[in-house]
Amino acid sequence: MSLHPSFTEDVSALPTHAFSYRSLTWWGISAFMVIEGGFFVLTIASYFFLMSQEQEWAPRPWEPPGLVAGTLFTLAMLASEIPNTMIKKAAESYDLAKVQKLLVVMTGIGVVLFVFRAFEFNSLNVLWTDNAYGSIIWALLFLHTTHVVTDWGDTLVLWRLMKTPHGEDPRRFVDVEENALYWRFVWLTWLPIYALIYWVPRFFR
Amino acid sequence: MTPAERAKQPPAKVPRDGPDLTGPELHEKLEATWENPPGFIGWLSSVDHKDIGRRYIVTALVFLALAGALAIAMRLQLSKPDNDLIGAARYNEIFTMHGTTMMFLFAVPVMQGMQVYLTPLMLGTRNTAFPRLNAFSYWMYLAGGALLWVAFVLNIGPDMGWFAYPPLSGPQYGVGKRVDMWAQMITFTEVAALAAAVSLVATILKQKAPGMGLARMPIFVWATLVTSLMVIFSMPSVALASGMLLSDRLVGTQFYNPVERGDALLWQHLFWFFGHPEVYIIFLPATGFVSEIVATFSRRTIVGYPIVVMSLVATGILAFGLWVHHMFATGLPRIGYSFYTAASMSVSIPTGLQIFCWIATLWEGRPRLQVPLLYVIGFIFTFVIGGLTGVMIAAVPLDLQLHDTYFIVAHFHYVLIGGAVFPLLGAITYWYPKATGRLMSDRLGKISFWMIFLGFQLAFFPMHIAGINGMPRRVYTYPAGMGLELPNLLSTIGSLVVAVAVLLFVINLVVSLRSGRKAEPNPWDAASLEWATSCAPPKYNFPHLPIVDSRTPLWDAGEKLPVVHGLRVEDREVLLTTVMSAKPDLREPSAEPSPWPFIAALATSAMFISSIFSPWAVVFGTVPVAVALTAWFWPKSPKPEREPVIS
Repeated sequence: MSLHPSFTEDVSALPTHAFSYRSLTWWGISAFMVIEGGFFVLTIASYFFLMSQEQEWAPRPWEPPGLVAGTLFTLAMLASEIPNTMIKKAAESYDLAKVQKLLVVMTGIGVVLFVFRAFEFNSLNVLWTDNAYGSIIWALLFLHTTHVVTDWGDTLVLWRLMKTPHGEDPRRFVDVEENALYWRFVWLTWLPIYALIYWVPRFFR
Repeated sequence: MTPAERAKQPPAKVPRDGPDLTGPELHEKLEATWENPPGFIGWLSSVDHKDIGRRYIVTALVFLALAGALAIAMRLQLSKPDNDLIGAARYNEIFTMHGTTMMFLFAVPVMQGMQVYLTPLMLGTRNTAFPRLNAFSYWMYLAGGALLWVAFVLNIGPDMGWFAYPPLSGPQYGVGKRVDMWAQMITFTEVAALAAAVSLVATILKQKAPGMGLARMPIFVWATLVTSLMVIFSMPSVALASGMLLSDRLVGTQFYNPVERGDALLWQHLFWFFGHPEVYIIFLPATGFVSEIVATFSRRTIVGYPIVVMSLVATGILAFGLWVHHMFATGLPRIGYSFYTAASMSVSIPTGLQIFCWIATLWEGRPRLQVPLLYVIGFIFTFVIGGLTGVMIAAVPLDLQLHDTYFIVAHFHYVLIGGAVFPLLGAITYWYPKATGRLMSDRLGKISFWMIFLGFQLAFFPMHIAGINGMPRRVYTYPAGMGLELPNLLSTIGSLVVAVAVLLFVINLVVSLRSGRKAEPNPWDAASLEWATSCAPPKYNFPHLPIVDSRTPLWDAGEKLPVVHGLRVEDREVLLTTVMSAKPDLREPSAEPSPWPFIAALATSAMFISSIFSPWAVVFGTVPVAVALTAWFWPKSPKPEREPVIS
């Protein structure tokens, strides 16, 4: 450095982690939520653009998707927010035992959701090759499924991680908290998609 | 001392920078902490933003050379009527590869490379946020570029134009795998651009030097923030569009097939919702270069800092509201024509304001006509012409006449080369000593500037005339006797002059690396923080992190630069500050070098490329990607010590 340093402020006492918007992780997760939210918004825009090509939606003779699997998925998804909030609070209070237990619960909920989701694909009453309506319905469900899979994988890895000595590092609790934040994003984005896949094709025919 | 032993020590014993640890002793410790591991694996593992930025820039310049060679091939073919140097089919491939490479593999990546290199230095921090994500970004970009060019060499390169409109690019007409190579290259470069943008936004918001509130950030950093946010909001659109195109072609979806109630115009909307902001993603970093260069070479602060910053933000927002002007010829409702004409014209207002601020700065200052400033003046002249033709074709009746003619080709080369490449060449000359420790030759620099500037005008001005005379773009030849011979011949001569000048620029880059004059830390007497550290900067950027209390810290510092101290020196640690006012807030660890971003990029590339041929690749390909990402994120060190937390 060409200029001589003038020591003005000592930062050695600053903490090495913090929750929420003070941490870098939060900004990274938020940026990815914006990007993925962008994908959802644009897919939804494409849905309405393609809808404007049709006289009715779902176009006859295709029936709207069956409601059972999608509705069960939605209810399970909404219920998952209870353990999700608990895990977020446990992480914020550095309660390792509770975090470990709840991560098992969240991983299990993920498995249940996959089962419902498989039935959902089977109850769409249209194939992606049939017409643009079928293509966009499948695209929405596929896009959302990638998010459920991603967060489930993340939760699984965190569960294993928190069982190792790394689990005692306060920074790992920040990771658990941000994972809970991301799960909120996954279920919140599902709600409009649920309406678009299951209800809009009933209302517009 | 191993990390395990160090972790057992109480915090007070951890070595930290400060009055007791400074100078050569500090340098030695920081260098050991921040250097790359040895050997080729170490090279692959680097997460240093300077390495990544440099790789981005060099790779992008290679793609510039390749796409430039294709441009020369096209100009030779068009130098005389009824020429048969290149056939129609090959010509289609060449213009597609030229446009695609320039936009996706040169222009956006070179700007992001400059941003990745410069931003942490300008902010006074040791590395970007998420350094491994940054490394992953580069490898994805390299893989995407390699995919496209290997395909071209194997004669399966794309041939449907750089914006790939269906139905030409759809399964009915785009037979073979040419289009798929293009569409999957998009996926690669979008992942790369998004990853770099996330890293840059987090770096800018959280790692500014203490005291560098938003209102004190260098204008280039503002431009980086705005363009990174634009990347985040616009790139999903083209990734979605190309994903839908790939699935139409591979698994038989019907998104763009009108027979099954799809719509080819959906592609155009999604493509241009990205494509128009992309122009500003290329242009706004260039305006950031211009602001920095103008201030330094006028030796005064930029006139109207708030106006310049607000113009950047306004341009960034308006850029999302005018994509439909690329689609005037598709037929629109009358209100649509009026709205998008007005929106297109309005974007010239903030850009005009910036230009007036630069002119005022030059006017009020004491300009030094060195090479970087010459490029800025060349930029202002050329970009104003391109901007004015832009306002002309924002008017629908004229656009309908000139759509898809050489007038449009002239217009966008004036704004893209004049608006982005001229400032880029100026910026490379300006920051070259920072990156290499040596200055570029001034004499050779001036010669190549004048040749590029004049050669450019000779190459592209006649294209306006050719376009008005009715020459359509993307034709491989034209008949004699239509008034097209002279403009085309002049364009070809001009393009050869530019090619020679660019070659001279490259020679200057290479020769100066060895024999250029050695640079002091601040050879141009500039004001921003990157000039506070040595040329080239050490691996850790700054021995002690600087504190900022004005927009021009180095002009105001005097003999002594105020710094913070107390960061760990035997572990990689960065200082996080608050978003708005940049108060010191946290010390967070910064990622160590790792080969996993490279391996993750390999796994992702394998998945992407296989999925051109089989949809099952998306399912099975995610397994290696998941394994690589898990290894990337799994903490390597043993349980770290707890540190005192101030509540």
